[in-house]
Amino acid sequence: MMRASHKQPGFLAALLHRLAGIALAIFLPVHFWALSGALNGADVLDKFLKMTDTPLVKFAEGGIVVALALHMALGLRVLAIEFLPMRERTRVAISICLAAAFAVGVLFALNVI
Amino acid sequence: MTAILFIAQRASAAVLAFAVTVHLATILYAVRGGLTAGEVLARTRDNHWFFAFYVLFVLAVAVHAPIGLRNVLREWTPFHHRSIDVALALFAFVLLALGFRAAVAVYLPPEALLG
Amino acid sequence: MAEASESTLSVDVWRGAAEGRFQTFAVPRRAHQTILDVVTEIQRDQDATLSYRFACRVGMCGSCAMVVNGRPRWTCRTRVSEAVTDDGKLKLEPLRNFTVVKDLAVEMVAFFDKWRDAKGHFTPGEPQADFQVVPPATLERKAADAGIECIGCGVCHSACDVVTWNKDYLGPAPLNRAWTLVNDVRDVGNDARIDAVSGSAGCHACHSHMSCTEFCPRGISPTYSIAGLKRAMIRRALGRKL
Repeated sequence: MMRASHKQPGFLAALLHRLAGIALAIFLPVHFWALSGALNGADVLDKFLKMTDTPLVKFAEGGIVVALALHMALGLRVLAIEFLPMRERTRVAISICLAAAFAVGVLFALNVI
Repeated sequence: MTAILFIAQRASAAVLAFAVTVHLATILYAVRGGLTAGEVLARTRDNHWFFAFYVLFVLAVAVHAPIGLRNVLREWTPFHHRSIDVALALFAFVLLALGFRAAVAVYLPPEALLG
Repeated sequence: MAEASESTLSVDVWRGAAEGRFQTFAVPRRAHQTILDVVTEIQRDQDATLSYRFACRVGMCGSCAMVVNGRPRWTCRTRVSEAVTDDGKLKLEPLRNFTVVKDLAVEMVAFFDKWRDAKGHFTPGEPQADFQVVPPATLERKAADAGIECIGCGVCHSACDVVTWNKDYLGPAPLNRAWTLVNDVRDVGNDARIDAVSGSAGCHACHSHMSCTEFCPRGISPTYSIAGLKRAMIRRALGRKL
């Protein structure tokens, strides 16, 4: 039986925030490394970009974009809980965060396809 | 110590709220119709504003990510606290080094690289 | 193995301590039954060796807190109809994050040690007057009042995942009490108190899961009390720097 605390929206929010953060922390060094390819000329960076122009990579990129938007949205919620005087309606607040992150993901998909 | 780390985490989060918003907007704008290096670099080469922006971004990330991971490692792994702190200090350094290198790479004009 | 039906509950009860097993009992379903009624019936009529705690049985003392179908709650204030599964099953476990003494009774000493470590006790100064007036409508008093009704039942401590993940974490109840005292204008020990909740086991470890707020039977929100401590911690840390 799953413990009741794990069925709460606040826990889901914290879990998604944490998992997205871990994904971003793994992605960032790779991202920096890829951009540094520009040091060797634009064509090296271009070669890399063409290499990554596959559907699988585009899907992963979309995932990272969503992870970034999600981590920020849920992080802003934490800052609001900690610093703003009003109390949130938890389910509503988390739904808004998820919707915003998903919207960013959709925009990315529409722009990149 | 932990109070300082907490404050640094929240302060860097505030900086990142601004930086990530700009970055996401830039990404969504830039990937329309595909992305080429030429397009990216045309925007960033010799652009002081973008360079300053990326430097600030890298600094904030190098503070924010390791402190965030510290909580994850302490709570979800059995590793010794001291070894976690050492590993994350190294990770912060890696992020700074690679991040600055990337910021420089997209800022410097190609002539500068040829010496 | 007891079968559940319209008129019988199948109740799995934890027996033992850290090691143990679930023992299943069949208990007749009665109108307006509470979980405490069920446990008491088992202990009096079926197995006198079952250990559990209760005192007031009317939702004032918090002694009867335990985990019912995965959720920490007061058994005296939980009707069977609220907690039972659709097929008439109940699962009763001792509070999570406490050392189990026997069956459904847990050791509370470690919990109250954390209250002490969080400096969750009033520190009086020199009397300013015969009666010190604290207007109830002030912001501080309202903040203190929002958390003052805690009776130390341990439900939040059981619900908190950070308490599970970090053995040193003070926990929602001690931190909530510390916050009420930070807002008590008569208290002179707040520098030491804020220091006490600013360490590696302190308020910053709260990740706002909000299970404490969700499950507190008194409607207290430790999450927001802890947020207040975080702000107090920041002010104190920056004040020292300047």
